[in-house]
Amino acid sequence: MPFNLLKYGLRSGHEPFRDIPATPDLKASYDVVIIGGGGHGLAAAYYLSHVHGITNIAVLEKGYLAGGNTARNTTTIRSNYLTPPSIAFYKEGVELYETLSQELGFNIMFSQRGQLTLAHSDGAMRSFRLRAEMGKHMGTRIEVVDPKTVREICPQVHMDEGGRHEVLGGLWHEDAATARHDAVAWGYAKRAAERGVEIHQRTEVTGMAVSGDRVTEIRTNRGTIRAGQVLQAAGGLNGQIAALAGIALPIRCFPLQAMVTQPLKPFLDILLSSSDLHTYLVQSSRGEIVIGGGTDPYQLASTRSTLPQKEALATGALQLMPFLHNVKLLRQWAGITDITPDFSPIMGASALQNYWLDAGWGTWGFKATAVAGKRLAETIATGRVPAILQPFALERFDRFALLNEMGATAAGH
Amino acid sequence: MKLMTCPMNGPRSIAEFQWLGAVQPDDDPQGGALVERLFFAPNLLGVLREWWRHTPTNTVFIAERHLTTNEILRTYFHNAGTDSTAGAAQ
Repeated sequence: MPFNLLKYGLRSGHEPFRDIPATPDLKASYDVVIIGGGGHGLAAAYYLSHVHGITNIAVLEKGYLAGGNTARNTTTIRSNYLTPPSIAFYKEGVELYETLSQELGFNIMFSQRGQLTLAHSDGAMRSFRLRAEMGKHMGTRIEVVDPKTVREICPQVHMDEGGRHEVLGGLWHEDAATARHDAVAWGYAKRAAERGVEIHQRTEVTGMAVSGDRVTEIRTNRGTIRAGQVLQAAGGLNGQIAALAGIALPIRCFPLQAMVTQPLKPFLDILLSSSDLHTYLVQSSRGEIVIGGGTDPYQLASTRSTLPQKEALATGALQLMPFLHNVKLLRQWAGITDITPDFSPIMGASALQNYWLDAGWGTWGFKATAVAGKRLAETIATGRVPAILQPFALERFDRFALLNEMGATAAGH
Repeated sequence: MKLMTCPMNGPRSIAEFQWLGAVQPDDDPQGGALVERLFFAPNLLGVLREWWRHTPTNTVFIAERHLTTNEILRTYFHNAGTDSTAGAAQ
């Protein structure tokens, strides 16, 4: 064996091992075209090809694979929401993640370590009690805990007793987890590609031809293709992509900024956040402390970063863990989030018969990668929107049937 | 430090200002037009007219800002009309 290895090592002309095939030429037509090569689009391609036997699929990605919000989020997987339709949906999302490494044969580095959200005000405690009771009713592991238990779960937290941000309690969500974002996208892409799904990187959608109530053609910078069914899952560009099909979406773009510190020895074995400070902390498997928070305070479709927002993130992190004060920041970045009025996504049908939506994922999309992909694949394959997705329909806004999740998303990462 | 020019106080740090959203027509939409007004806010990749407030002095005014470059093109009071020359500091 060592001899064979040596021979292999000395041989010239190695084919590099590729998880993802090189981008092929575009064909003239596909059964399904997926706009957006992030986690959601790739997951949909995987479930279409593996569960529903639809393999003539093109995934169109403007940049590189999973380089948009899949690459920029802070990788929380959880189901501690407020409304029953949301909890049911995100609960299924968590459950799919639990077995995803085994299903894909690809290590997504899933780590179900629990999330502790801290309250520093009576208002936050009240909302936690409501969310805990709703979660228990829906069958998730979630409870309100007192300061003593907060200390037991996370001894590193600065309790600030008598101070401005005294920890009054927390929301302990044992189902919460994290995973490696690149691995999720690559695992789905690799297995979808094995079934013949074509992944077209650096392929930008520039226009669409709509005839009657159907999209017939999709124009790209690499040529025009015909599509049987179309799914758009384009992250921060969802508003612009939908407009190409003549569909208006209730979306506004806001930047979301995050950063990581230099690697430290493992000390934080939970996901920690504060709904009052709008701060989120997690230690990655590399030891870096990932620091996230709320979106920028004004509308913008840009991935620029700002010092005030980074200062706000650092201030929140130092309030919870003052001992981080001399730790250096290693990287920082921003993504463009597509925020809906009720902080819930838009999934399912559009006004066009063969055009399906996976949009409005704002700051909360990563946790739903698996469940959105699976359920939208089912939608496309059967032509029927499953019950679990129906509350998230675009037409809920016409009926004023909003799913208000502002408290569970904007503040509580 | 990004600056915004308040028509009352001159150039100040953007951190002193609060964004209040797009300027909408001052009318009374009904039905589908109401749904559109409430939920389908402008999300263009261009210049948006929007309300801002200088929080220390509670001064509310209008800014024209580009939503991809973040360039503030002009700021002026609601009643000043579009001929205002108030500035566009970056």
